[in-house]
Amino acid sequence: MTTGQTLLKTNALTKRFGGLVAIDALDLDVKERSIHSIIGPNGAGKTTVFNCIMNFFPIEGGEIRLSEERIDNMTPDRVAFRGVGRTYQNIRLFKNMSSIENILVGMHMHLKSRWWGAVLRSRHSRADEKKAVEEATRLLQYVGLRGKGDVLARNLPYGDQRKLEIARALAMKPKLLMLDEPTAGMNPSESLEMVGFIRGLRDQLGITILLIEHHMPVVMGMSDTVTVLDHGTKISEGPPDHVKRDKKVIEAYLGQSGVGHMA
Amino acid sequence: MSFEIIASSFQHKDIEQSQLRRTLKCGAIGGGTVVALCVFGLINQFMERWIIENLLSLAHAAFIGITLTVGALIAIRSPKLSPAARIFQGFLVGMVSGVFLSILILIMATFDIRNMFVSLSPKLLMFLSYGFDPYTACAVTIIVGGVLGLIGAAIRESPPWLRKPLITGLATAFFIGLFAELLQLAMQYETVDPIRDYMFTWEGQTLTGAITMFVLGFVLSLFWVMRGKQVMANHRAKSHASQRSIRYFLYAIAIVLFLLFPMAAGSFFGQVLMLVGLYVLMGMGLNLEVGLAGLLDLGFVAFFATGAYTIALFTADNEHLILLIDRPLTWWEALPLAMFASLMMGLAFGIPVLKVRGDYLAVATMGLGEIIRVVVLSDMASPLLGGSQGLLHIPRPWIGDFELNDPIHLFYLTLISSIIAAYFAWALENSRLGRAWMAIREDEDVGQALGINLVNVKLLAYGLGAWFAGLAGAIFAVMLGSIFPHSFQLLISINILALIIVGGIGSLPGVVVGALMLIGTPELLREFGEYRFLAYGFVLIVMMRVKPLGLWPSAVRKRELAAAAEAEAQMRATSGQKA
Ligand SMILES: Nc1ncnc2c1ncn2[C@@H]1O[C@H](COP(=O)(O)OP(=O)(O)OP(=O)(O)O)[C@@H](O)[C@H]1O
Ligand SMILES: [Mg+2]
Repeated sequence: MTTGQTLLKTNALTKRFGGLVAIDALDLDVKERSIHSIIGPNGAGKTTVFNCIMNFFPIEGGEIRLSEERIDNMTPDRVAFRGVGRTYQNIRLFKNMSSIENILVGMHMHLKSRWWGAVLRSRHSRADEKKAVEEATRLLQYVGLRGKGDVLARNLPYGDQRKLEIARALAMKPKLLMLDEPTAGMNPSESLEMVGFIRGLRDQLGITILLIEHHMPVVMGMSDTVTVLDHGTKISEGPPDHVKRDKKVIEAYLGQSGVGHMA
Repeated sequence: MSFEIIASSFQHKDIEQSQLRRTLKCGAIGGGTVVALCVFGLINQFMERWIIENLLSLAHAAFIGITLTVGALIAIRSPKLSPAARIFQGFLVGMVSGVFLSILILIMATFDIRNMFVSLSPKLLMFLSYGFDPYTACAVTIIVGGVLGLIGAAIRESPPWLRKPLITGLATAFFIGLFAELLQLAMQYETVDPIRDYMFTWEGQTLTGAITMFVLGFVLSLFWVMRGKQVMANHRAKSHASQRSIRYFLYAIAIVLFLLFPMAAGSFFGQVLMLVGLYVLMGMGLNLEVGLAGLLDLGFVAFFATGAYTIALFTADNEHLILLIDRPLTWWEALPLAMFASLMMGLAFGIPVLKVRGDYLAVATMGLGEIIRVVVLSDMASPLLGGSQGLLHIPRPWIGDFELNDPIHLFYLTLISSIIAAYFAWALENSRLGRAWMAIREDEDVGQALGINLVNVKLLAYGLGAWFAGLAGAIFAVMLGSIFPHSFQLLISINILALIIVGGIGSLPGVVVGALMLIGTPELLREFGEYRFLAYGFVLIVMMRVKPLGLWPSAVRKRELAAAAEAEAQMRATSGQKA
């Protein structure tokens, strides 16, 4: 798998918050149709990598390329348009909108209907809307939320909110899907289910996955490549077996007492 | 949500309070209100206004109403007492209220504090003491207060079949009396002359009229209390089809009555309703911005002004006229221009504040709105826009040979515009754009990361919102016939924001209800001068305490409230377990 073409590439990506160097000259190379994980202790800068790719804030140095095209000077909506979807560590759904509405917002950029079309109820716009609702319903079913379309996002149980967030990102038909700790707060059997689901995204839909995970069994079980961050620098990279044995990784995690997970 | 918590905390405290405190508190509410009405000078006005001619003034009615209410209040708030004891509590509360008023009477009789409180005049003292000497007056006030409190509590304690008709009857007689003058204005037809003369004189409602109204309200309400359930049951027993046709029939009657009302009622009502209509239009526009897209805007009046000024510039025959063709444009020809100009103004307005978020946006837009007003006023723009002299001689619209020159005609114009605008707002709300607006209201960053172009979507919110306001402005210009910069004050923006909040933010019917409440009611109460704004403020406060979501909340907000209440209940339950 690691021999495929590069989808996302960062060169010497650097991000500072005031005096704090959150990411220090990071090189990432995410291959197409791979599952690429980023791990590291708390505060290592993992989420910040996602935020930089999405361009939630300007970066201080380096460049980010998606299929060769530079995306580090684009607004987030244009990055999204190039095919990058993401979820958030602390779920950020539109809480007061229903599940199906959340997904429909995810489909926003693929819908053609314009506001005057909606006002005039043009045939084109009605057809577009109908198709959108059908597709959203299918997506709901795909992530296992069948029949919960009218439930307000805020009223969904925690696990379902995670699924809905993924469905919303999938609605964008992304090439690259970035998942920020998708199994956080889940019990082992739910995590296992999530692993199967994420694999399915890659295998069935051909989506490249960039994953942040704390749960070592999850990471080691399904990643093609693992990148280890500590204090914003890459300290190790490679297939799971390689990373697992890397001294520097064990040290970084020892400081965090996270070594138990590594075994 | 915070309102709910505050409100419920009040209720909790009440249960723990001792009965004495509760009584004193209710009495203080009643007595305090009455004294405040005197000090603010409302009673001076009210005592010259007859509810029942030469018998009961509005001032009397206010005293009676307040004391009855606090009597009923204490009965509600003392659930642990026996009914008789509750009625007695009503008596005590009424007396406490009376004591407050008595103290005022004694102070007024002993000291001259008119240089501090202008309203506390000898005339007021005369009124309050019924012509008795102060000490007798105090005794009478306290006893009468007690009796009224007792009656209030007794009404509250009486069975529903008696209570509801009583309240309805009293309220009917009161409101008919309050609006006697307006009703007479609306009854200027020979056919209804006898009824009018029976009910009213130009001084107010007649005693026979009041009694008739009381009986009418009482009987109708009694019928409904006794028979209402059965009528509804019968209705439900009918087939769905016939239920539906009955419903449509009732709707149709309501709509026809509503359409005919201003025509029958005369131009005063037409004028009030058309003003309400203008605010409805603007409210719906602002609702797109604030309710859907979550963009606070206190400069909204600028769009209204743009619409009005555009109409004036292209249609009014004065030295500022802009000639596009060899004659001034007609209103209909200028209307698209006006709406287009407002839309453009909306876009121009949105650009500088694109990156401003939340509360700061309110301040920034307020600044922009003021800038526009000041520019119009300035010498620089006066050759074009007339400066403070304004633009005069704006002609009325014509349909064929028919000039829309009566407020009622313009009301219908406003009504039709409002209906079209409401459809627009509704369609937008349920479209791709509407969803994008709601998404950025909920979380701007996430929305953007999903591919929503913030610039487009926000500018559309400003532009389309402004469009509605431009339409309103175009009608406003012909309503007045001349426009001046000072017609476009910040207060209008604030009013529009207030009315959509009172109606229920994000809700279309809420806009109508809010406009009727905040714009219509003060117009009807014009005779009370500036005092009606006191009522306005009072209504705003009460409304936000009693109905924090507005009078007619949108479905979404209702769901939010339900969710919040649930969460709170859970919180209570868990914290209760810990304790
Ligand atoms: N918007 C921001 N402003 C200032 N500092 C930030 C911001 N976002 C992140 N940081 C800082 O950057 C560092 C990296 O944060 P980041 O959230 O990327 O860590 P993480 O690896 O995702 O950690 P975790 O495992 O806890 O999610 C932290 O020290 C954090 O405090
Ligand atoms: Mg993180």
